[in-house]
Amino acid sequence: MFQYALRRLLISIPVIALATFIIFGAVTITGDPLQELRQAPNITQEQIDQIRESRGLDQPFYVQYWRWVTDIPTEGFGDYLISPRPIWPDLQRVMGNTLQLVIAAEVLAFVVAIALGTISAKRQYSVFDYATTTISFFGYSMPSFWFALILQLIVVQIFFATGVRIFPIANLSSADPGTGLAFVLDRMHHLVLPVISLAIFSIASYSRYMRASMLEVINSDYVRTARAKGLREGKITTRHAMRNALIPTITVAALSFGTLMSGAIVIETVFGLDGMGRYFILQLGRRDPYPIMAWLTVVAVIIVIFNLIADLVYGYLDPRIRYD
Amino acid sequence: MTDDVRQRDEARAAAGQDVPPAGQQVEAPRPDEVDATEGMAVESRSQWQLFRRKFVRHKLAMGSLLFLLLVSFTAFNAEWVAPYEYDEINVVMRSTPPTLEQNHFFGTDQLGRDYFSRVLYGTRTSLIAAGVAGLIAVAVGTAVGAVAGFYRGWIDSLLMRLTDLVLIVPLLAILLVAATFFGRGQPVRVAVIIGLLVWVSLARIVRGVFLSLREKEFVQAARASGATDLRIIFRHMLPNTVGPIVVNLTLTLAAVIILEATLAFLGLGVNPPEPALGLLIEEGRSAMQTQWWLILMPGLTLVAIALAINFVGDGLRDALDPTQRES
Repeated sequence: MFQYALRRLLISIPVIALATFIIFGAVTITGDPLQELRQAPNITQEQIDQIRESRGLDQPFYVQYWRWVTDIPTEGFGDYLISPRPIWPDLQRVMGNTLQLVIAAEVLAFVVAIALGTISAKRQYSVFDYATTTISFFGYSMPSFWFALILQLIVVQIFFATGVRIFPIANLSSADPGTGLAFVLDRMHHLVLPVISLAIFSIASYSRYMRASMLEVINSDYVRTARAKGLREGKITTRHAMRNALIPTITVAALSFGTLMSGAIVIETVFGLDGMGRYFILQLGRRDPYPIMAWLTVVAVIIVIFNLIADLVYGYLDPRIRYD
Repeated sequence: MTDDVRQRDEARAAAGQDVPPAGQQVEAPRPDEVDATEGMAVESRSQWQLFRRKFVRHKLAMGSLLFLLLVSFTAFNAEWVAPYEYDEINVVMRSTPPTLEQNHFFGTDQLGRDYFSRVLYGTRTSLIAAGVAGLIAVAVGTAVGAVAGFYRGWIDSLLMRLTDLVLIVPLLAILLVAATFFGRGQPVRVAVIIGLLVWVSLARIVRGVFLSLREKEFVQAARASGATDLRIIFRHMLPNTVGPIVVNLTLTLAAVIILEATLAFLGLGVNPPEPALGLLIEEGRSAMQTQWWLILMPGLTLVAIALAINFVGDGLRDALDPTQRES
């Protein structure tokens, strides 16, 4: 197991290296970072030249890239283009908030989808099955930002009608969140609507995979054997069928982590959460390439880490994978 | 019967035989003869006929297809169908909920602009964007996938690395960067950017089919009989890839419509005053607590279109699946 983990870890290093190169290349060719500055009224040509020199923007592409990438471990992505503030502390703050949102959504989606998919497969062609399939079609066809807006609309209308504020519709915490357990509960209360909006697409997608792989497993010989041995149906489902049906679902869930990060960009904008997504939109608006490149790199690393975790989990679930 | 005659004539013509000119009936069969054989013969159906029969019987998919045709037809003739211009202001009926009065089916906004007309024009913008993006995705995806699957080599490795990369950097983030720097709010530009980014999954699917097809006997036979690579690709392999391509195209189209709306919502799609469905939702957002129709109507239109496309895709998949026999 240790060897397997180590091998997976080593494979991801060149992937990340390649990603940094492409991120840098793509963001660099998209435009001159100084263009915005040139149009700014209260900045002189000398100041622009000075920024260009200190950033090494007059150097060839590969020199710039090397400088940028080797500075990451020591300087943490450096400063913003104009203001001499470091990028990393900001990124660290929003990353924590976004991980809370995204991991909560992933867990919710995974648990709900496994339940839905398993029950659908066990009762194929039942009303429940048809209802789940139809709802998953809706999940696929609905923009998450619109669903989030509708949730906000409903919650506020209930507030207008009854005076009860079920869930907050903006921000990560109340004005006075308290400390300790009170803070955690307050945070969870604030995250309910964003997490549901973010999870809805993933629920639709994972439950389809779970249903399909469960159907395949249910009709296999070893499940029939388990049944012939006289095991209880519940035990057959949980211990024999689900364990194997989970493997493809986990793969999909891990590979969809990028989709969830995409979703976070939208959901954080709708709910005004101080997370990575909103930070990204903000920096795009300022057209500052450095925080954008930092963001893309950090997200790539996070996604690679989650893929790694998924590799380890299904190495555990299916011993055959370990010995490839 | 006429079909049979024509087929026979075509077969004869192909074999270099004389074909009797049309209208001159040479061996017209007597009606009773025909009836006697027709009940007993097993009707042979081509793949296309089988597919068409199965698809037409898929009620949900057929209904969705009709709905899509109707919506597209209405949206593309918005100038004639819409009761108002998209920027026409009706001062008397400001902020009106959906009503039949003066044809404000979807209500009006704070300026008194008719929302039904705006949604119609917005639907057209969204459909054009999705169509352009879909066409680009299919063209690029099929070409790259076919070459990668047929020739393998460096282009195949490159494609695989590219798909790996797309897996680790969120698509929406790449799109947002591209749209910020290249999009400039023009629907066609945004559509081209989307198309140039979503072809990857299609290329992967085409590559997969090509990899399995190139080992098949009929491809080997074509190669042995001296067919050129181009002929093998276009005559023998691509026709067998149409099914997966079409199914994937529908899924891509639904995803693209939602993506385009998301970009517009984030302010990086189409510039006002030209409406697009995502932009309409964004505009209505500030007043949505008092004027719910401003986000509900464009949103429902968007969901209905995406849902219909997905249903059509589902029907196509069922109809193209040879393991699903019609009952």
